[in-house]
Amino acid sequence: MDTRDTPEQAELRRSARQLARELGPHGVADLDDEKRRERLAAAVRDAGWLELRQDAGDGAPLAGGVEAAIIAEALGEAVADVPFAGPALAADLARRAGASPVEGAVVGFATDLLDVAVVSGAATDAPTLAVDAAAHGPVTAWVLVPDGDGFRLGQVVSESAGDGADLTRTIRPIPAGTPVRPAPDASRRLAREDLDAFAALGLAITSADLLGLMRGVLDATVAYARDRRQYGVPIGSFQAVQHLLAEARCLIEGAQSAAAYPAWAVDELAPGEARAAGRVAKAYCARAARTVCETAVQVHGGIGNTWDCIVHVHLRRALLSSQWLGDDGEQLRQLERTRLGVTHGFS
Amino acid sequence: MDFRDSPEEAEFRARLRAWIAENDPGLPASSTDDAYWARQAEWHTALYDAGFFGLSWPSRFGGHDLPPVFDVILDEELAAAGAPPRPSLGYLVQGITTHASEAIQERFLPGLIGGRERWCQGFSEPDAGSDLAALRTTARRDGDDYVIGGHKIWTSYSDVADWCFLLARTDPDVPKHKGLSAFAVPMRQPGIEQYPLRMINGITKEFGQVVFDGARVPAANMIGEPGEGWRIAMTIVSHEREPSEVGYVSRYVKTVKDLEAKVRADPDAYRSDQRQAVAWAHVEAEMLRLHVRRRLSERLDGVDHGPGGSVDKLLMTWVEQAVGHAALAASGPRAVVDGEDVALKIYLYSRAQSVMGGTSQIQKNIIAQRILGLPAG
Repeated sequence: MDTRDTPEQAELRRSARQLARELGPHGVADLDDEKRRERLAAAVRDAGWLELRQDAGDGAPLAGGVEAAIIAEALGEAVADVPFAGPALAADLARRAGASPVEGAVVGFATDLLDVAVVSGAATDAPTLAVDAAAHGPVTAWVLVPDGDGFRLGQVVSESAGDGADLTRTIRPIPAGTPVRPAPDASRRLAREDLDAFAALGLAITSADLLGLMRGVLDATVAYARDRRQYGVPIGSFQAVQHLLAEARCLIEGAQSAAAYPAWAVDELAPGEARAAGRVAKAYCARAARTVCETAVQVHGGIGNTWDCIVHVHLRRALLSSQWLGDDGEQLRQLERTRLGVTHGFS
Repeated sequence: MDFRDSPEEAEFRARLRAWIAENDPGLPASSTDDAYWARQAEWHTALYDAGFFGLSWPSRFGGHDLPPVFDVILDEELAAAGAPPRPSLGYLVQGITTHASEAIQERFLPGLIGGRERWCQGFSEPDAGSDLAALRTTARRDGDDYVIGGHKIWTSYSDVADWCFLLARTDPDVPKHKGLSAFAVPMRQPGIEQYPLRMINGITKEFGQVVFDGARVPAANMIGEPGEGWRIAMTIVSHEREPSEVGYVSRYVKTVKDLEAKVRADPDAYRSDQRQAVAWAHVEAEMLRLHVRRRLSERLDGVDHGPGGSVDKLLMTWVEQAVGHAALAASGPRAVVDGEDVALKIYLYSRAQSVMGGTSQIQKNIIAQRILGLPAG
């Protein structure tokens, strides 16, 4: 047992943070800088990060959940406006279904954002949400087609992006009635264990994203509290402000400890155990992220409530990362089912 | 990053699990009654004699020279079996190994680690709580001895202790942080009176209160150098704040397991908010278990005596108090109908966690100024 980064993981962490900081937005105005965003997207693509959950040739992924979480954390810290979690999850699902990867593909979720959309007919019978895809052009979204006691992988195409709460990642609503086609070369039926493992990865990646964005927003807020002066002194010298920021720091340390485990577990433990670890991490990180982001807005005062102050970019990203695959309330509800034997309200 | 046991760790875990199954004394999950501490002393020696305590400490002092993560394996197995936590004294070992002479280490560490000599910690005073450096207990040189005079409070288990790790003022003429020294004071002698306080949950062993009036300690029992007391105290309190050092996580995991079993017996008898409090306590306890794994892994890079202990203390406090709230929630009206209800006692005991070892407010000051680098107010 040694939960420290391996030298390779430490190097990936260092380079991912450097890339995300360099090319991510440094202010709200940067979100409109199309050239920067293209450079960021190209850098993420060239680094091979979008493929790291693809099949290495033997059914195993090219890289582990730990590596995926390291990248998600770095991109979250910089509120990097580039698809990563969406394509990484899509690659993972396609690998489990034995399907060939499709560039730019993401996963289509049911409108509650909890589970992969299930479609039984020739076309979707309910709206589907494609999360964290490219902002422009058509995009493939994987969906599940019931097949015996499992699922086959199907695909729908999203034609245009929508405007979600998160200013750094897209949500594309795909209307009901969109035709469903089989995924290319999907050679395996997805069983419950596959979907548990996939969900574990999703919980690990969204938890890591929340961890990263908490770090980023706290750094920005501590810097602001040192600079901003009232009554002739930095507001960061007031105990009331210090205690809010100290609590935020503790929440981040707890989130780091909770989030690392499912990222490792997704490739190393039984799928059910990995998913349970993911639930704990997501419950902790989602609750912590809301507190930390709200603290950031509060410590920035009036400016923190203006569009041009970066902290609402973190808060909005936290809202999506929390909801995506279930927020803290949803995870607690699932823990009531799995650990306390609650059956009421579950189908 | 590897959360799996190595072959050596797995072998140790299996051996430990088998031993606990045969030797669990069946104590309550936390110190909810006075009998707990007497039996906890027996538990310490049993655990030590079986080779399962002092795992990462030097073998020449009775430890086992194992990597630090073996302590979290101990925590996890104790929790899984519902056995009592490991003895909480790692912070004294850290203080002694970091600051004391070889002679002091040889004299005192084996008895401390093996549980043959019991210790209490004489730091706080009625007028020196958060402002510890304001303490007024004096140690006056008299021949080969120092003579102690003063009043210590919150000296847990002082009435059963053989030794007190005492912080006293040896030089009244220098600034308050510089005039303090540390001693190993024998507790079984005239000139020491005990006045234990009763905690809000009724137990009397944790809030010892000791008056020293002419008690003597050989000068050779000074720990560290004259005037080094403050630095030593800071080493000790930084580790006293760490769940990785005090081993409380097994207590939290065990309590949550008990609460879960209680709810699982009849989930519909509980409101959703009661069940959610228990589910949240599981999240908190599991976070802390993983946090201890992380901290003990980080120790492979060396032991850090810095302000990180304050972060860990706040995390631990939030866990203990979430568990306390869950116990109260799952007990519902029973906790007020029956004044001896265990959940009531667990809840009331949890309130001390945000005060003992430095209040949450002091921890936040330390984190803000020494970790976040914010200016002092």
